[in-house]
Amino acid sequence: MGSSSSSMTNIPDAQQLIQETGFSAAHILRLYERFEFLDKDKRGELRQETVDFASFVRILAHFRPTDTSRTRDGAQQEPANSSTGKLKSAFQLYDQDRDGKISRAELLQVLRAMMGIQVTEEQLHSIAERAIQEADLDRDDAISFDEFRQSLEKVNVDHKMSIRFLK
Amino acid sequence: MEDLWGVALDVFQAWIFVVVFLIMLPAMFGLSLGVTGVYIQILVRILEWATLRIQRGRREQPSVPVPLPNGIIERGGGSMEEEMGQLRSSRPPAAAGEFSLSDVLYFSKRGVESIVDDQVTQRFSSEELASWNLLTRTNQNFRYISLRLTVIWGVGVFVRYCVLFPLRITLAIIGLSWLVIGTTLVGFLPESNAKNWLSELVHLTCYRICARGLSATVHYHNKENKPQKGGICVANHTTPIDVVILANDGCYAMVGQIHGGLMGVIQRSMVRSCPHVWFERSEMKDRHAVTSRLRAHVAAKTKLPILIFPEGTCINNTSVMMFKKGSFEIGGTIYPVTIKYDPRFGDAFWNSSKYNMVGYLLRMMTSWAIVVNVWYLPPMTIQDGEDAAQFASRVKSAIAHQGGLLDLAWDGGLKRGKVKDSYKEEQQKMYSSIIVGLNDSNTLQ
Repeated sequence: MGSSSSSMTNIPDAQQLIQETGFSAAHILRLYERFEFLDKDKRGELRQETVDFASFVRILAHFRPTDTSRTRDGAQQEPANSSTGKLKSAFQLYDQDRDGKISRAELLQVLRAMMGIQVTEEQLHSIAERAIQEADLDRDDAISFDEFRQSLEKVNVDHKMSIRFLK
Repeated sequence: MEDLWGVALDVFQAWIFVVVFLIMLPAMFGLSLGVTGVYIQILVRILEWATLRIQRGRREQPSVPVPLPNGIIERGGGSMEEEMGQLRSSRPPAAAGEFSLSDVLYFSKRGVESIVDDQVTQRFSSEELASWNLLTRTNQNFRYISLRLTVIWGVGVFVRYCVLFPLRITLAIIGLSWLVIGTTLVGFLPESNAKNWLSELVHLTCYRICARGLSATVHYHNKENKPQKGGICVANHTTPIDVVILANDGCYAMVGQIHGGLMGVIQRSMVRSCPHVWFERSEMKDRHAVTSRLRAHVAAKTKLPILIFPEGTCINNTSVMMFKKGSFEIGGTIYPVTIKYDPRFGDAFWNSSKYNMVGYLLRMMTSWAIVVNVWYLPPMTIQDGEDAAQFASRVKSAIAHQGGLLDLAWDGGLKRGKVKDSYKEEQQKMYSSIIVGLNDSNTLQ
C-alpha cells in the first residue's frame, strides 16, 4: 500500500493479536496499513459501529482458513477461525442485538439490506416467513444458534467463509 | 579571494561546457553519447546484486517481517450465481432458488475481501517493489542488512543529490526557457510550411533537452504505427511527464486546461507556434463545446495529432482504468499508445494528493533514472454497431494487453469521489433476481 514504512512497534498489542488470531507479523503489519488507509479521519476507529484496530483484526481472524493441524486442549479458547467460530460470526451478522436469537425483525432487516428496493414488503415478509418456518425447530418464532447451525450443517462453512491469506 | 573567484569561474565554465556540448547539443540533434546507456547498465548490475544480498539477509534474519508485494489475499473468483448455487447445493432442487440462511456467507466473505484489499484503491498509490531499489523513499521495512548495502545506498544518495540533480535542474531550466523563447520567436513568422517545420524543430529539441533533464531513456517500439496528422493519440496516464516522453519522438497538439503561473506562460507561448487546444476552466465543464473544438481540429487534416489521456487522472502504471468515452466520440482515427515505466529506477507515478507538482518534479530528478517503454499500437477506428463506450473499452484492452497492465473497468474518478449507489443497487438486483425472479417474475417491476 504505497511507500510508507511502519514498524511493529507502532501497532498496539501486536504480539497479543498475533497469538490470539494466528495472523503472521507480516499480515498484521499489512492490515494495520490498510486500517490507517481506511481510517481517513484519523480517529483510530472505522465508521458507524466504531471498530478499533484490535477489533478489526479479530473480526478478520474469523475468515482465516481453518487450522486443521492445530490441536486444542480443553482449556484453550475456541479459535476464531474454527467452524464454530465462523458460524458464530455468521450468526452475529443476523443477530444484531446479540440476544442469542435471530428474531423476525432482525431477519427482515438483513433481507432488506441484501435486496434493497428491488422487492416489495410482501415479498420480503413471505421470504422471511418461509425461512423461519424451515429453521425454527422449537417453534418460538426465532432462530437460535443451534437451529442456525443445524440449518447450515450441509454447507461447507470452512471453505465458504475462508479468505486465502498469502504468505 | 581572487584565487577563489578564479577557481569558481573555472568550475563554472567547465560545468557549462559539459552541459552544453556533451548533453544539450547532442540532445537537440537526437544523438546520444551513450553515457546514459552505460549508466543504466551499471545500475542494473548494482540493483541485481542488492536484490540477492537482501534475499540472503532476509533468510538469515527470520524475525523481520517480509513484505507482501502481491497483496495480502488471493480473491476467490466466481460470480454471485455460481457461489449461491454452491452454497445451496445441499438443498433439494425444488427449493434451490429460494432464500437460505447461508446466503449471508457469500456477502460477508466478499465484503471482507474488499475491506482487506481491493483492486481499485491500490492503483492510486505507488506500486510496491518486490525488492528495494536503494532509494530512501521506497524503503518499506527493509532493515539494515549489511554494511556494503548501506555504503552503496549512501554513495547513491550523494551521486543522485549532488551530481545528477544540479545537472538535471540546469537542463530542465535550459529546456523550458528555450521552449518559451523559441516558440515565441517562431510565432512571429507568417503561416507557412517553413513555420510548421521550424515549430516542430523547436518543440522536438526542447522536449529532448527536458528528457535529458530527467535522465529518461525511452525505447520506442513499432514506430511504423506512429500517430499521423489529423488523428487522435490516446495513451494511459501515469504522470505529467508522459507528455515529455511522447513528444520526444513526434509532435502533438496538446489538449488541456489553461493554468496560471509558469505553466500558463509556457502554454500561451506554445500555442503561438502551432495550434494546441487549450481550454479555459469554464469551457471544460461544457462537454459539447470541448467536443466540437476537438472535432474541428481533427477535421482539418493538416493539423498535428491530438494527444489525449482518456483516463482523466494519473494511475500508478500497474493497470489501465476506464477510458472516458468523450475522446472517442470526436471521430477520426485513434492511435493507441502504451507507456510502461520501469519501477526499478524510479517511481514515476504522480500521487497528486501526496505531492504537488514541484515536489513531484524534484523527486523525479533525484531518482536513479526514468526508463520507459513506449509501444505504438496499430490505428483503430470505430466499427459499425459499436458505441463510443464499447470502442473506448476495446482500445483500453488493446493498450492494457500490450503493456502487461491490468485492464480494469473502474472509473479513475474514484480517486477523489465516492462510489455511486447504482453499483450497490446492481448487486441487490442480481441477488433479488436469484431469489424472487425465478418464482414470480411478473410481480417484479
